[in-house]
Amino acid sequence: MIEVQGLHKSFRGQRVLRGVDLEVPDGSITVIIGRSGGGKSVFLKHLLGLIRPDRGRVVVDGVSLTEISGRAVDEVRSRYGVVFQGGALFDSMTCGENVAFPLREKTRLRRAEIARRVDEALAQVGLAGVGSKYPEEVSGGMRKRVAIARALVTEPQIVFFDEPTTGLDPILVNSIHRLILALHRRLHFTAVMVSHEIPEIFEIADTVAMLHEGRIVEVGPPAAIQASANPVVRQFIRGEVDERTI
Amino acid sequence: MADVPAAVLRPFEALGEKVLGGLESLGRFGAFFALALVTIVTPPFKLRAFVDRVHYIGYRSLIIILLTGAFTGMVLGLQLYLTLTRFGSEAFLGPAVALALIRELGPVLAALMVTGRAGSALTAEIGIMRITEQIDALTVMALNPFRYLVTPSILAGILTFPLMTAIFDVVGIMGGYLVGVHLLGLSEGTYFGEMQTFVELDDILTGFWKSLAFGAVVTWVCTYKGYYVGRGAEGVARATTQAVVLSSVLVLLWDYFMGSVLP
Repeated sequence: MIEVQGLHKSFRGQRVLRGVDLEVPDGSITVIIGRSGGGKSVFLKHLLGLIRPDRGRVVVDGVSLTEISGRAVDEVRSRYGVVFQGGALFDSMTCGENVAFPLREKTRLRRAEIARRVDEALAQVGLAGVGSKYPEEVSGGMRKRVAIARALVTEPQIVFFDEPTTGLDPILVNSIHRLILALHRRLHFTAVMVSHEIPEIFEIADTVAMLHEGRIVEVGPPAAIQASANPVVRQFIRGEVDERTI
Repeated sequence: MADVPAAVLRPFEALGEKVLGGLESLGRFGAFFALALVTIVTPPFKLRAFVDRVHYIGYRSLIIILLTGAFTGMVLGLQLYLTLTRFGSEAFLGPAVALALIRELGPVLAALMVTGRAGSALTAEIGIMRITEQIDALTVMALNPFRYLVTPSILAGILTFPLMTAIFDVVGIMGGYLVGVHLLGLSEGTYFGEMQTFVELDDILTGFWKSLAFGAVVTWVCTYKGYYVGRGAEGVARATTQAVVLSSVLVLLWDYFMGSVLP
């Protein structure tokens, strides 16, 4: 379980997180929604241990990520898989080498076993046979799938998705969501996803949390969020334009 | 006591902020190198990344080193011959060319050339990896980005800069030979014979230590600037420019410092 308690973060006097509290149960898919610039990516980076908060704690299975450093953080991270917004594939490596990289660097598996698991991971995301291509030679949707394969190849317990469908067409968005759902059912990982995809994410999320102006303003199952009386949530999920902000 | 008006304090606050910012950058710059040194002496060592960096910094800079080395030697041969002739000392052309190259011009010019070619590319590459979250990807895989990006580059700099300098020196001496002997008519025996008499091991060691230090300084600056790049393409462009300028200035400053300390 991931517990976030009273997370505060400011950058040069600008308060980005103003006391975020959230619980992510094991084996669930929790989706963080919210407007651009609302602090979602900063919040996710706190969960990854890439940013230290000014105040508050991130506790992963009883270990406070914000109070440890060095190898202890790496131990927590070794249970993570992360799909970055742009994929963050290593452009000097082929897609296959990208997927093989965490196995090659973090395990003592033999070369043949790594190759087998890479083929399996790529096939799992529907990309069998593209292992020899470089990231720049494949489409945006394929890059996202390779990133998902790389994040899952080590069989992590917790997988973070930072806007995994940004920049994709609606068909690809759905296909990536279905893929994540199918992989989640098969591998039973805990998923934390930052997304803008309304209403598609309501079909895959167990819990949806709305981050607004540095705070979680509403959290609950998709049906509850969709029926929320909170004007901020209603405005966001209906895509209503606030005339005062134009 | 009456409060000092904010308008009076503002310039002092701005100055204080600048000084503190500068000190913070300097501290981070030093800590960066210290961390790189720690990862150099602690396993695991990333041999593949190191070999790749040697190829990137060393092998791919060979052409520019050969070209600049040859022409520097030729210019030295020509100018020194004309100068030495005035004193009737053209017999000393060989040692003059060799000493100028081995002690000063070889290490400095080779370092500046490699900075322009490989250092800038190193900053841009690491900078792009930073802004496309590839460095974050390494970190969240519980892998230390220093081991893959910084340490191999600094080690490769320490190894390849002396080699590049040696090549620069040899090619430069041959350039001086070409002009002095084949173009201006100095005897081959005089050119090389006097060189053996006057060039000592200390001269070669001076050049060696300089090039070794320049290798560390240039790769340190260039990896640091890439690692802490600003936002977007503009940030990468700025970091690349800063890396080349700072490396070049530090090479020249360090050259003077080492030149005055070494025998």
